[in-house]
Amino acid sequence: MATAHRASAATRTSAGMTGSAPALMTVEHATKLYKTETGSVHALDDLSLSVAKGEFIAIVGPSGCGKSTLLWAMSGLHDLTSGRVMLNGTPVTEPRSEIGMIFQDANLLPWRNLRQNILFPFEIKKINPAPFEPRIQDLLRQVGLAGFEKKMPRELSGGMQQRASIVRCLSYDPDVILMDEPFGALDAFTRDEMNLLIQRLWMETGKTIIFVTHNVSEAIFLADRVVVLTPRPGRMAHIFPIDLPRPRTIDMTYEPGFVQLTMEIKRTIETGVYVPADTPV
Amino acid sequence: MASELRETIPTFGGAEREGGDVDLTNWSAVTSTGFAKSWGEAALIVGLAVLLLGAAEIFLRVSQVKSYIFPLPSEVFTALFTRFPDLFWPHLQVTLIELFGGYLIGATIGIVLAAVITQFPFVEKIITPYILLLVTTPMIALVPLLILQFGFTLTPRIIAVALASGPMVMINAATGFRRTDLAKIALARSYGASTFQIFTKIRFPLALPMIIVGLMVGAIFGLLTAVGAEMVGGKNGLGNQLMFWSSMVKMQNFYAIILLLALMGVSIYAFFYWVGKKWTSWQA
Repeated sequence: MATAHRASAATRTSAGMTGSAPALMTVEHATKLYKTETGSVHALDDLSLSVAKGEFIAIVGPSGCGKSTLLWAMSGLHDLTSGRVMLNGTPVTEPRSEIGMIFQDANLLPWRNLRQNILFPFEIKKINPAPFEPRIQDLLRQVGLAGFEKKMPRELSGGMQQRASIVRCLSYDPDVILMDEPFGALDAFTRDEMNLLIQRLWMETGKTIIFVTHNVSEAIFLADRVVVLTPRPGRMAHIFPIDLPRPRTIDMTYEPGFVQLTMEIKRTIETGVYVPADTPV
Repeated sequence: MASELRETIPTFGGAEREGGDVDLTNWSAVTSTGFAKSWGEAALIVGLAVLLLGAAEIFLRVSQVKSYIFPLPSEVFTALFTRFPDLFWPHLQVTLIELFGGYLIGATIGIVLAAVITQFPFVEKIITPYILLLVTTPMIALVPLLILQFGFTLTPRIIAVALASGPMVMINAATGFRRTDLAKIALARSYGASTFQIFTKIRFPLALPMIIVGLMVGAIFGLLTAVGAEMVGGKNGLGNQLMFWSSMVKMQNFYAIILLLALMGVSIYAFFYWVGKKWTSWQA
């Protein structure tokens, strides 16, 4: 269980690095086994993580390492086999209104126009959207979707759809935003554009964001800390603190320090163990 | 073909599914059967009908085919328009009552049953063979039996229509309700949606295209069965009149009824085509 030791050590050190900010959300010894017809799949193994209020966390790892499982458990959509998720001191056992989720491929409802899609959370929660109207209009302007309210999702490009889903999530003002590979299906240019938008929204709103991705440079660009998981079952491999100044620019992703960090994280993903760059391989 | 491709604007987000798999699970099987898109096209379609009928009129007049074998189109239209109020309308009403009555019962039960049993995969597995049995057995065959029970009233025919349309609606609606999109259900759940909300806001809209296909096929099966049941046993209705006028060798009346029935069938198709375009255009 050497890995587990290393994992908890990493959690502690990085918690120290974020200063004295109290943890808003914690994952405690999360283990998840999926039962399938051919046996069980061990997706997460004794994973612990603590997220401070207003922090931007990116989770990366090889495909099938349980990153999405971790995120879905944090959202309350999935149960853990053992361990628990805490938010504001209470365990998360089902979806909560303080948490907003942004899914892969925007996940708009194709039979509703853009405005009806944005009002969908209000409909489900049975909240009158009128008091939120200025906020929604402001968000639509910020993401460049003002005037597109009547469009159906299929009339929008992939980037526009994902921006609409960001507005849908932010419209009801959740404290924590969980993003599950939201830009995986977008082309590189649109992805850069979306990353800049997310950074700007995060800096303006001070939300806590947990962002799952398989794109290392996207993770470094956005995050305060990059969490690397091991191949299945997902354990903590290492947490990389990213102390690049903000606002970050796309140009920064080509600077030597950034590239160096990308290489280190990629190597950690491949081997499941953190080896500092100055160590000969 | 090539020029058509070159003129087509690439659509966003893989929406270009039109004309894909042409089967019952794809609404485009129905809607892609393009109707006239302009007045010019519509005029051509009507023009073709006039041309064919005119040619038939001339051919029948010249060749002197006996009118009890094939009446002149003009005789058929004269019969239809001059005798509609007294000869055809009362029977059309009977057929419409059977069709609407039976269809309303059958379709309602079909949709409700589909919505319920798709929630219980085990129940669905057990019941589906029986539904298939109902779909594939011609319900007209039951009419003599039903007449023994209910007599020569509307009841046996309404039951036959319900039995013909209901399972057809059900089997298509069930296909629709089985289309579960886990990501969309998760989306609703992430806002704390109840099972009922997930049904009304996600499952039902997802199933709607297939429900409409089922409603259309069911209505057409209902019409077939209503007319068939009237032919088998009844004192009235358009099916009964078909038998009556052919036994009287009044073929212009016979063809006038055929025309009415064709009009009903096309109206059913056109109605559901319109409903489909209006409510399910998001997926085409």
